[in-house]
Amino acid sequence: MTTGTITRLAEQLRAELGDDAVITDRTRLRTYECDGLAQYKVTPAVVVLPRTTAQVADVVRACIAAHVPYVARGSGTGLSGGALPHADGVLVVLSQMRAVVDVDPADQRAVVQPGVINLQVTRSAAADGYYYAPDPSSQQICSIGGNVAENSGGAHCLKYGFTTNHVTGLEVVVPDGSVVRLGGRAPDPPGYDLIGAFVGSEGTLGITTEVTVRLTRAPETVRTLLAAFPSTDEAGGAVSAIIGAGVVPAAIEMMDALAIEAAEAAVHCGYPDGAGAVLIVELDGPRAEVEAHFTEVERHCDEHGAFEIRIARDEAERALFWKGRKSAFAAVGRISPDYIVQDGVIPRTALPEVLRRIAALSDGSGVRVANVFHAGDGNLHPLVLFDDAVAGQTEEAEQVSASILDLCIEHGGSITGEHGVGIDKARYMPRMYTEDDLDTMQMLRCAFDPHGLANPGKVFPTPRLCGEVPGRHKGPHPLQQAGLAEVF
Amino acid sequence: MAGEHPARDDLKKVARARLARGPKDWVGGVRTRYVATPSSTEEVAEVLRVAAQHDLAVVTRGAGTTLDWGAPPTRADLLLDTAAMAGVVDHAAGDLVVVVRAGTPVGELQDTVAAAGQRLALDVPDADATVGGTLAVSPSGPRRLLYGTARDLLIGVTFVRADGVVAKAGGRVVKNVAGYDFGKLLTGSFGTLGVITEATFRLHPLPAARRVVTVSCADATTAGRAALAVLGSQVAPTAVELDQAGDGRVQVAGLIEGVAAGVADRTRTVLDLLGRGAGDGDALPDGYGRLPFEAGGTGLKVTTALTGVGPVLAACNRLAGEHGVTITARGSAAGVLHAGLAADAEPEAVAAVVQALRAATAPLAGTVTVLTAPHAVRDLVDLWGPVPGLELMRRLKDEMDPDHRLSPGRFVGGI
Ligand SMILES: Cc1cc2nc3c(=O)[nH]c(=O)nc-3n(C[C@H](O)[C@H](O)[C@H](O)COP(=O)(O)OP(=O)(O)OC[C@H]3O[C@@H](n4cnc5c(N)ncnc54)[C@H](O)[C@@H]3O)c2cc1C
Repeated sequence: MTTGTITRLAEQLRAELGDDAVITDRTRLRTYECDGLAQYKVTPAVVVLPRTTAQVADVVRACIAAHVPYVARGSGTGLSGGALPHADGVLVVLSQMRAVVDVDPADQRAVVQPGVINLQVTRSAAADGYYYAPDPSSQQICSIGGNVAENSGGAHCLKYGFTTNHVTGLEVVVPDGSVVRLGGRAPDPPGYDLIGAFVGSEGTLGITTEVTVRLTRAPETVRTLLAAFPSTDEAGGAVSAIIGAGVVPAAIEMMDALAIEAAEAAVHCGYPDGAGAVLIVELDGPRAEVEAHFTEVERHCDEHGAFEIRIARDEAERALFWKGRKSAFAAVGRISPDYIVQDGVIPRTALPEVLRRIAALSDGSGVRVANVFHAGDGNLHPLVLFDDAVAGQTEEAEQVSASILDLCIEHGGSITGEHGVGIDKARYMPRMYTEDDLDTMQMLRCAFDPHGLANPGKVFPTPRLCGEVPGRHKGPHPLQQAGLAEVF
Repeated sequence: MAGEHPARDDLKKVARARLARGPKDWVGGVRTRYVATPSSTEEVAEVLRVAAQHDLAVVTRGAGTTLDWGAPPTRADLLLDTAAMAGVVDHAAGDLVVVVRAGTPVGELQDTVAAAGQRLALDVPDADATVGGTLAVSPSGPRRLLYGTARDLLIGVTFVRADGVVAKAGGRVVKNVAGYDFGKLLTGSFGTLGVITEATFRLHPLPAARRVVTVSCADATTAGRAALAVLGSQVAPTAVELDQAGDGRVQVAGLIEGVAAGVADRTRTVLDLLGRGAGDGDALPDGYGRLPFEAGGTGLKVTTALTGVGPVLAACNRLAGEHGVTITARGSAAGVLHAGLAADAEPEAVAAVVQALRAATAPLAGTVTVLTAPHAVRDLVDLWGPVPGLELMRRLKDEMDPDHRLSPGRFVGGI
């Protein structure tokens, strides 16, 4: 890649998008050097801020013509380095495309541009009694485009499903520069489920420029309890008993002693003293259903050794229960200079066993691990604490963090439940999938992006050179020709 | 005789195989030459490798309940029967997860998990249908309103590519964003991307109680409004179905499931919402969840935005009168209806109905797919209608199956 190419590309983009939509100034570019995973930093060559689908398509076409890689970015809250820029590439920031195009409660759909903030969808439908169900903890800042790319989840996805279950239509600028509209307000568009494939593809199959989402009717009742247990073993037992009894709570969240300590230090949530673990259980739905199940949940907590159960009397108290949980990641900053937010999944029944193994890893290495997680669906978020200023601690923490992922795989789980693979976990993909599995997945990538210019280097540890199939070689691959193959 | 059929002989080296025995081994009227009945994923892989060597086009058959759906294959040398790959591999009741082999009848799967008080929250038109066939065709029924369709319940899949390579995607946990969601691509792909050999689903608890509230409405518009009233309420029904009779009357049926006290309470609310003439009971109405067309007839799948459900039913009624045919239509208030026309309906009239229905559903964001039809009708209509993204689909097919050996021609755009 020559600087000449980039300079010419930037000039072209300025002409097409206008001066204020193209950034090449070093200092301003630095604003975009990382996403929510700040340990990876790369300053992009160019940042563009398109306002329309046509402009996004112009940018993509210009990149193809110049053989320059590009990376989409929403709000930059991703935790796997998915929006990490490419040093010789263009970062396409979608934050200027933030119109709520349409809210239609009768059809239970909203149509939004990709830069719209998650919570804003709910806000625009709330007056009509509807909301957007997927609720990542970052919902006040993350974008719908980012949610689609990551297939984001949230505490209430246990009952209501993830982003993928709530998207019925997409407009996408495909990596060949064309614009396609898939699905819409009606379910089940004919043909392959390209929406299903696109959601969760982490910006490697194209850039979303419009999203049609399902709106969910607000429940009649919401009831929330906070139960304190002596240890995570008992709390884990209660979770299994609740689910085993056929109750499907809206959410079941667990925090262990260290996570509670951090949350108390940060937001004074006033959880019961001396708890080795707390559970937040929330039920929602028709009143009589919720009442019946709520009694059952209380009983299971009780029978599994809860020493205190608090029931939220009003919205303020409910908010307080959640405050501790929702602030947990950031709160850990109060008790440790540095930390890694891990994201792994295990079958729910393996919870007690895996938590004991994590404790053993922690004891054996001296690295502290705070546990916060979506217990209902087995999605762990161990927070691995360290001090970068102390020699060797970073490496030790990374070692423990990696061992936790191995534990997840060993128990038939996943290396990521919601934060995505991005740049950070691409190297773990071969531990979860065979070479053939990964090769197959990349066939989809080749179908969408034969030049490999859309967010290269993410998700897959090694790119498949498209058109590699024996007998179908047509001269050197465009990546090799452009001298880019090694870069990725 | 050995030697006469080298392909069969090679197939027999890797799996149970034989020569096709006539029309019951054919697909959509297309003659097949061989039938292989592999008993494992590995055997499927071997069979596909042999098929590649002998350049055989392969069509997979489960129970054969929807083998006439989609276009007939342009080529079908080998019928790959999944009957010998049946059975639940693992039911992890505590995790509400089941791993099942592709040839397992859905009814059998339901019986197995019901023993632990659980269910796969998916309706299939025929309980004999296999898991693999159900995924390949992705039919859906009443409970899609609350639980979605096969794509939403599938969490892991093992399949064999056209080149005989075994691949898997997803896993056995409900939450997992590692890698592309190939399960969704395979669901509804009519066997054109790979042969599904094993699937993992998330399960739901069986409800303790249920109640059905029904009302008979004078016309489709009234029925559509009644259904929307239930959807817009907070009773969280499992299903809301509409069923239109020949005289244009439409029955609306709400299915309420949950704990006994809750169901009683919610049933009262739905009775109020549906107004005069509404009644409740334990039994499901006649034909509930069943497709409104018979073997040999024309079956349509019509989708629409939620507010279009009433108008689509009204359009069916109007078009029946205009074209002198009978159209039976029923389906979910979630925006997916099925319509049927008799086997002996005039092909020209059926084709005209399909065309007019496409025009009527387009403003409602909907589509009309001809799932099955007599040959004379197929000759006159485009089964799928316009398919946005077709170019990408073709490219995916070319990547996965460059020689177009898996169910060639059965899917959209001749894929
Ligand atoms: C405090 C905190 C809490 C969090 N909690 C949760 C949680 O509970 N659940 C959860 O799932 N995640 C959570 N996250 C992670 C993050 O918020 C989500 O992944 C979110 O969806 C990212 O959205 P974004 O707009 O910030 O995307 P970005 O970080 O900007 O980008 C994420 C990925 O999406 C791609 N992308 C962005 N926009 C587009 C587009 N328009 N088209 C194509 N690709 C695009 C990028 O290339 C990148 O690969 C949390 C993050 C933080 C910081």
